[in-house]
Amino acid sequence: MRRFVSITMALALVVGVAACGDGDEAGAGTEVRLAGLWPLSGPNATQGTDVLHGAELAVDIVNNDHPGVDLPLAPGAGLPGLGGAPIKLITGDTQGKPEVGAGEVDRLVTTEKVAAVIGSYQSGVTLTASQRAERLGVPFVNEASSSVALTERGLKWFFRTGPTDETFARSMFDYLRARQAKGERIGTVGVFHSNDQFGNDGAGVTEKVAAEIGLPVVVNVAFDPTAADLASQVTQVRAKNPDVLFVLAYTDAAIKLMKTLDQLAYHPPALLAYGTGFADPAFASGLGELADGVSTRAAWSGEIAAKRPAAKTVAELFQQRYGAPMTENSARAFTAVLALAQAIDAAGSVEPAAVRDALRALDVPGEKTIMPWTGIRFDGKGQNTGAAGVVEQMLDGRYRVVHPADLASTEAVWPMIRARQ
Amino acid sequence: MNDLLQSVVNGLLIGAVLALVAVGLTLIYGVMDVINFAHGEMVMLGMYTSFFAWSLLGLDPLLSIPLAGVSIALTGALMYVGAVGRVLGSSPLAQVIVTFGLQVFLRGLAQFLWTPNTRTVPRPWAVGLRWEIGGVVIGGPQAIMAVGALVATGAVAFFMNRTRLGGAVRAAGEDPAAASLMGIDPRRMYALCWVIAGFATGVAGALLMNSYSASPTAGVSFALMAFVVVAFGGFGSITGAALAGLLVGVAQGVVGLYAPSYTLAVALALYLVVVLVRPQGLLGTR
Repeated sequence: MRRFVSITMALALVVGVAACGDGDEAGAGTEVRLAGLWPLSGPNATQGTDVLHGAELAVDIVNNDHPGVDLPLAPGAGLPGLGGAPIKLITGDTQGKPEVGAGEVDRLVTTEKVAAVIGSYQSGVTLTASQRAERLGVPFVNEASSSVALTERGLKWFFRTGPTDETFARSMFDYLRARQAKGERIGTVGVFHSNDQFGNDGAGVTEKVAAEIGLPVVVNVAFDPTAADLASQVTQVRAKNPDVLFVLAYTDAAIKLMKTLDQLAYHPPALLAYGTGFADPAFASGLGELADGVSTRAAWSGEIAAKRPAAKTVAELFQQRYGAPMTENSARAFTAVLALAQAIDAAGSVEPAAVRDALRALDVPGEKTIMPWTGIRFDGKGQNTGAAGVVEQMLDGRYRVVHPADLASTEAVWPMIRARQ
Repeated sequence: MNDLLQSVVNGLLIGAVLALVAVGLTLIYGVMDVINFAHGEMVMLGMYTSFFAWSLLGLDPLLSIPLAGVSIALTGALMYVGAVGRVLGSSPLAQVIVTFGLQVFLRGLAQFLWTPNTRTVPRPWAVGLRWEIGGVVIGGPQAIMAVGALVATGAVAFFMNRTRLGGAVRAAGEDPAAASLMGIDPRRMYALCWVIAGFATGVAGALLMNSYSASPTAGVSFALMAFVVVAFGGFGSITGAALAGLLVGVAQGVVGLYAPSYTLAVALALYLVVVLVRPQGLLGTR
């Protein structure tokens, strides 16, 4: 009798395991829970929602069969390394506030039992949220915060798929050199930045790279992001009249700045922005032709998508699903989620340490992403060494790639005011 | 020197708008002793009214001034009848909480109805204008916002100080019991205060759409400055609010030139100094 019971139990176990291995309905409970932490309300909710859409699309591509998309995990349903387990994205709202972001990490990890956290758009929020994830021992994958400081903290659980401000700054100074070679007089640089984590770090990096290259920074203005009026701050820049103005600002201040430049009839020969507000669709739609001539660094663009088949398909899926074009924010979130999914798949486990080790070992070639990168490989600090940027210029209401030369789709217009004539 | 002059002019221009925004706040406080925390949200609603008048009807923000003024005046009446009027006479805490509740509600409603997207009128008519006087540049939108704000502020001051109805409102504020003996219904006068405050914020919102973007949190910075202006000018004083608006604007403009990240800090420091040294403000009487 005893033997009968043990044989039956052994059989039941084998059948049970086999059922899980087949990934049929019985295995549906083994979903991989991932947290997406973004500003879904508050002043940056537009961008936060855009980021969320990119992540949702990546989850959809992993969970459902997409034979037409030439990306890892797209064909077939779920994660094959975990018996076809689907990903479930659980969102948290940071409201754009660092303290809320950190609190949400606690909730998502302890109550929602997520295997990893993806987030959280703004550098200042990413800073505190990833610190909390570090303490809880959960992998944190950042998609779009570019503050250099984030990967300089010696964290063990932090990974950044996107480029840093330093990578971006180098792309932009590279562009300035190319313009100098074409005979443009570029002797001085100005920096105009919001007085927060993102702005201060970006301004520091710009000064550092400018010093390396030997271009003097003649004016560095930190404005209060909540200030009602930027006229005096712009007057200060105007007094020094730099040949190129670098700008770090979120949407509201970016629009305010462009209007103020116009009202004071001050037009620097070139304005180079660190994406963010300048990459928000509301920037171009709200300003009309006043936006023409502005340049920005970008991690992704529709034009680059056209050169990479998978990116083109993904951008079309995005447009179909959300009725809006894919942006660099959504593309970066898409890439971060897919990279994390690949790591979990390779680990064959949702155990945090296994996922972290798989992230460290991750090696995705550039053509297996939708980004203009050489690939995804993390260095000892958790920074993706393959990430890179391009420079775009707003011409006739849309951004065109003007640098580097091999990806450029049009010649840059210099000085920028000529773009409005 | 030229830059300093430019900053003073910039400050005066934005200060005029701050004055108009502050007028409604100081009026409601002066007459009813109620602090309206939802004041910035009324400005925000004015901005949205003007934005939708442009996007749906094609009206330039300047042409939508009457529409925004009247719409927000009605909104003000609704806020009084539906919420604020109901807690008058109860504890001051209830009055604070009801206007604070309105703030949270209106901001949430705006985000729900219109999403958090930033909405801008791409090229209002005023953008095409620009004047240069002795090296000082004055942009069309700035100038029109300032002139419009001064005219509207003047109109409110004229109504309050020179008309019989304005006198009745002041009487209801000074001594409701005596006023009702004279045949004035204080509650009607209170409602009128909300209508005037709504009108002023609505006009301010439409003027602001010449240069600013509407979003659910667009009113926050203006409301914050309005509180500073009201404290500076003296609670309840319309002339004080106008004067203080201009002064705070200039202070911010000049500080913005030399220490651009401290504009808000300076305004709030000014507020603290006034509260400590002259609690009644420049022209306040209490």
